[in-house]
Amino acid sequence: MPNSPSPSGPHDRDAVITGIGLASCLGAGIEANWAALTDPSGFTPVVDTDSFAPAMVHPIVPLELDKQIPKRGDQRQMEPWQRVGVFSAGLALDSAGLKGNADVLSRTGMIVAAGGGERDYAVDEAILSGLPKAADQGGYLNEHLLGDVRPTLFLAQLSNLLAGNISIVHGVTGWSRTFMGEEACGADAVRIACARIAGGQSDAVLVGGSYNAHRPDVVLHYEMGGVSAGPPFAGIWGRQQHGGGLVLGTIGCFLVIESRAHAAARGAAPFARIDAVRTDRSRREPGQATSNASAQLGTMEAALDRSACAVISGASGVAAPTQEEAAWLATLGLPVRASSTAFGHSLEPVFPASLALAALAVREGRLFNPLEPAEAPMEGTLRQALVTGWGHWRGESLALVTAA
Amino acid sequence: MRADTDHLGRPVVVITGMGIITSLGQGQAENWRALTSGQSGIRRISRFPTTNMRTTIAGTVDFIPVAEQSAPALSERLAELVIEEAIAEAGLGTAGDFPGPLLLALPPVEMEWPQREALAAASGANETVTYDDLRRAARAGGFEGYYRRFLFGSVGENLATRFGTKGSPIATSTACASGGTAIQLGVEAIRRGETDAALVVGTDASINPESIIRFSLLSALSTRNDPPSTASRPFSKDREGFVMAEGAGALVIESLASARARGATILGVLEGCGEAADGFHRTRSSPDGKPIIACMHHALEDAGLAPEAIGYINAHGTGTPENDKMEWVGVSAVFGERAGSIPMSSNKSMIGHTLTAAGTVEAIFTALTLKHGLLPPTINYETPDPALPVDCVPNLARPAKVEHAISNSFGFGGQNVCLVIGAA
Repeated sequence: MPNSPSPSGPHDRDAVITGIGLASCLGAGIEANWAALTDPSGFTPVVDTDSFAPAMVHPIVPLELDKQIPKRGDQRQMEPWQRVGVFSAGLALDSAGLKGNADVLSRTGMIVAAGGGERDYAVDEAILSGLPKAADQGGYLNEHLLGDVRPTLFLAQLSNLLAGNISIVHGVTGWSRTFMGEEACGADAVRIACARIAGGQSDAVLVGGSYNAHRPDVVLHYEMGGVSAGPPFAGIWGRQQHGGGLVLGTIGCFLVIESRAHAAARGAAPFARIDAVRTDRSRREPGQATSNASAQLGTMEAALDRSACAVISGASGVAAPTQEEAAWLATLGLPVRASSTAFGHSLEPVFPASLALAALAVREGRLFNPLEPAEAPMEGTLRQALVTGWGHWRGESLALVTAA
Repeated sequence: MRADTDHLGRPVVVITGMGIITSLGQGQAENWRALTSGQSGIRRISRFPTTNMRTTIAGTVDFIPVAEQSAPALSERLAELVIEEAIAEAGLGTAGDFPGPLLLALPPVEMEWPQREALAAASGANETVTYDDLRRAARAGGFEGYYRRFLFGSVGENLATRFGTKGSPIATSTACASGGTAIQLGVEAIRRGETDAALVVGTDASINPESIIRFSLLSALSTRNDPPSTASRPFSKDREGFVMAEGAGALVIESLASARARGATILGVLEGCGEAADGFHRTRSSPDGKPIIACMHHALEDAGLAPEAIGYINAHGTGTPENDKMEWVGVSAVFGERAGSIPMSSNKSMIGHTLTAAGTVEAIFTALTLKHGLLPPTINYETPDPALPVDCVPNLARPAKVEHAISNSFGFGGQNVCLVIGAA
């Protein structure tokens, strides 16, 4: 298999992470995020409990968009999820030292994990208010959609237009794919990027996504599903004491993944090597997700050094899968951090963001602070991290990263 | 006899099963008959009121019932039917156990107006309805079905469960290039040796008031509503936009070695895939055509073929002034003096633009073109555009033996895919 773990030394076709762009409620850029995660006084979650009460969301810090999206015209053509994404993609290219490198960027591919974009909420509300009183309801809906919706809003709603905007703003034009499907698609994006690199089909790929949680329609969606956590705020593991649930978070996260040879040829220092990425699915009968995860881990055992390893979990907080994952993680006996306690749960970008934290931590050689009382501190050196990605509804993923 | 590996030593990837639904009907036989007799599937929209709309026609698929109409519900149903046809033809796997991954081209999923209206009604709000009201209704319960239906992952999950595909299903969107992208994902997985076979599906059944109006607001749609069959006019001087349409196409693809070993009938060869992203504009192609040209060059290089080998082009051919012009710019740059003499027809003149599904639907039509030695026409070609001297196979199908063909797909967001398909 092209992305099998390689316990031996470095190989030219290793997939290495050479750039990380991260913007979250903890800060813009990896330095700000790492500082918040390693604050000597402990971790403080950033949560907005007011805007969508009783639901909570993790808001993103204000972004200096001009730094990554210099043309105001481009900014105006996007809605927030795209701005956050294009901004983070720019951070990743800066981090990799590729920004503006037209030669490499014209060969660089892109796999974006995305949902859909914002709506015009005022128009929706006005139409819903007027419809019941309209004599001709169909005609009323058509008239107001035609007359009141901004023509270019569609381009902010299409899933693939985050990728389109990254091509336009940053010149990443080798090839471009967008994967949809909540948490699982973020893991598949990374898996296929790594497989292409291992198989010699690509040398450099930009992978990631963004999510805007500050949207009534997405909060509504998870409330319909009965999977939205209520107050008071607690971490992913702690909230299992009172029913669990997810708390959405606004985030942008992109990774530049390259072949080791390509990175070395241009003098780029990798954060970490991605030893393996596995993705699978199940119907989520009790024990099925565990069975998938155990099988995935089994394929990585040869490369795993448990003495210097931790887990970055992408658990959502939704009760059944989170509790099953917690039980499986307990059998590993490794320190665990739940990325969605730090950033909020952001569906498509959760896996890239968890992988970013793993890569940062192994580069620093230490795990960051516990994010809540259920997480144990880790002394000693960190060389490896496992990254789990169990979707709140479907999809089980696992990756292993090692210090490069 | 063709070798099991290609010019780069990779497994040759072949098509062994195909299934198709368009506004022309269900199944390969019915579609091919209608397509090659120049029939249009474009009709007046009857699914919902079109009062006040500028465009009142579409290539809807109204003959497949679903319990609760929504884009993901009908898209999923069409996908099920085309997959059943493709798997039956391929004879691969057993019921509910397909030996490969699912690669799905799917339109973006979102809740629609009937669901919003149901939430508003349940909220009991009177004078004004706000999202707070909808959310209050949601928290009161009873809407789990909407939540499930409008997850982006639901269609792929349901299909993976039903057909027993292996691994995590991929749902991809590169706008109107999505179907081509899904095929490419499958070809690449087989070439990497990850699997011997893959199930590739493109499906799109998203004709509802808001989706029509969104494209209308971008001035992308034809407004030539009378008669509907004349609205889609690729390459004509009086073309004015595309016609939205629904449809689905499924392909069982596998390595040639695997297909031979089990004695499967080869329906066509996926010889090459090319893609290139365009960083010029959100809805318009780079004026120099470079990304489109690069995309076709990449596909030809991937196939190990010179442009001279290509005998037919299944055009993206949407019938918008911009697309057809840019496609001609690209084709004339790649094929030089031959450009005007290579037959290049647009299925969209008859079936409309099946958007997300177009890449798979048109790859299937391309394979059928090679198989039957008959080029489907471009209908409604009455007023040639002197700026586009294409041989669009005007109005009548034409017999021709073709060994290698190109199928183009260009999407909003600058995502372009080109496939090279060879005769079996």
